[in-house]
Amino acid sequence: MNRGDWRPGADRAALAARATMLADLRDYFAAAGVLEVETPLACRAAGTDPQLQPMIARYEGPGAPKGLALYLQTSPEFAMKRLLAGGSGPIYQICKAFRDGEAGRYHNPEFTLLEWYRPGYDLASMVREVAVVLRRALGRSDLGLETVCYADLFERHLGLDVFKVALDELRAAALAHHVIGADGLSLDIDGWRDLLMTHLIQPQLGGDRLWFVTDYPATQAGLARVNADGCTAARFEAYYQGVELANGYHELADADEQAARFEADNCVRRSRQRRPIKVDRHLLAALEAGIPDCCGVAIGLDRVLMLRLGAQDLDAVIGFSFERC
Amino acid sequence: MATYNTNEFRGGLKLLLDGDPCTIIENEFVKPGKGQAFNRVKLRNLKTGRVLEKTFKSGESVEAADVIDRDLQYLYNDGEFWHFMDAETFEQYQADENAVTDAVKWIRDQDVCTVTLWNGSPIAVAAPNFVVLEITETDPGLKGDTSGGGGKPATLETGAVVRVPLFIQTGEKIKVDTRTGDYVSRVKDE
Repeated sequence: MNRGDWRPGADRAALAARATMLADLRDYFAAAGVLEVETPLACRAAGTDPQLQPMIARYEGPGAPKGLALYLQTSPEFAMKRLLAGGSGPIYQICKAFRDGEAGRYHNPEFTLLEWYRPGYDLASMVREVAVVLRRALGRSDLGLETVCYADLFERHLGLDVFKVALDELRAAALAHHVIGADGLSLDIDGWRDLLMTHLIQPQLGGDRLWFVTDYPATQAGLARVNADGCTAARFEAYYQGVELANGYHELADADEQAARFEADNCVRRSRQRRPIKVDRHLLAALEAGIPDCCGVAIGLDRVLMLRLGAQDLDAVIGFSFERC
Repeated sequence: MATYNTNEFRGGLKLLLDGDPCTIIENEFVKPGKGQAFNRVKLRNLKTGRVLEKTFKSGESVEAADVIDRDLQYLYNDGEFWHFMDAETFEQYQADENAVTDAVKWIRDQDVCTVTLWNGSPIAVAAPNFVVLEITETDPGLKGDTSGGGGKPATLETGAVVRVPLFIQTGEKIKVDTRTGDYVSRVKDE
């Protein structure tokens, strides 16, 4: 019988680098007065973002005699916000997150996320702290910091006013820049923006610096507040060596707006023949009770480690990636 | 019509793109954390040999190409077509110039080649990686030179010309790597 390859994908040095990175991150947050917390990974509700698919686990036993579907969380966001509403103050968590349908060089369906929340921080302060944390985690204290807004990137690299142009012009830009296959794609406007971002702009975000892209389109707000201009969201992403490492929000705190986004997300899901996600009423109640004005950010630590070690594939920094488990 | 979902993509999978059969060389999953997922695929067009890149929306289906590789025995060339036979079923196939390309430089009757069939017809022929062929013509070299440095051209029985070390003589047999066209070693008759 062929028992397959039992060996881990990560060597001893990669395992040690991970342990060192995690210990150092914990030191940082302890010194900064940010409390380490744990929240459930399997919950009755989950994020509704149409671009994120939770995996579903099943519990049967005391409390659920007929069995209960539990969503493995795509991020610990909702429970952490409930802790904030409960008066936790600044908190962080290092946990596993799960995303269905995502596997590749830069994706593993189960991955390690560092997520933290800073009451009282504005987006600029949060960007500064993320830069501090990323420099430590990457072991590169010398990295510069470049902040650029989403619209400027499209202007600079593609000569496009990304908030004004119609879908056809985004398609034409993809074709003009030789994204082969673009002519055959049927995408909505954010899909075209994502195509241009991933294929043409992201590779430009390299060099010895961290790139912070701010002011994403309001249609890609996720759980961030929409800015006063109405067309951008108080959201940023951090890139290093062309790889997306972090996503941050000035967190939406309005319960009604949150409920409306859940509903809108589930509408999109239904239109794409995806199952709607059970809405987290606990989160809505917590927002109604009030969470502090805060920023939150999530960093994919496996990718950070990959870049820190110069690895070509997540498999080299995860003991047992998807293909091995 | 058979199709493959992007989730089935992997190296070696055969797709039909713009009417041509292609094989996947590399499949990269690309997705912004909060955005649309794509498969960015590197492929080889099996008719032209050209490498191309193409982006698909993840979850889409793409038409499959009915392409298989078969080990077939080379029989003869009739001036226009090269004829091959399946040694088990005795089924015969004829390949044109576009399919055999460089392989003809290396093959002799009876040689077993890997023939790529698309909808049952040969579109590519790969000679065995190593062939042993007799030298029909080469300049007399210096006796005693075994350094292998420099070298000289030698014409093989199939008409191909390769560079060989100076000590190799007409009438000798040599082993050649058909992928690079390089001389490998001298082969002594048993």
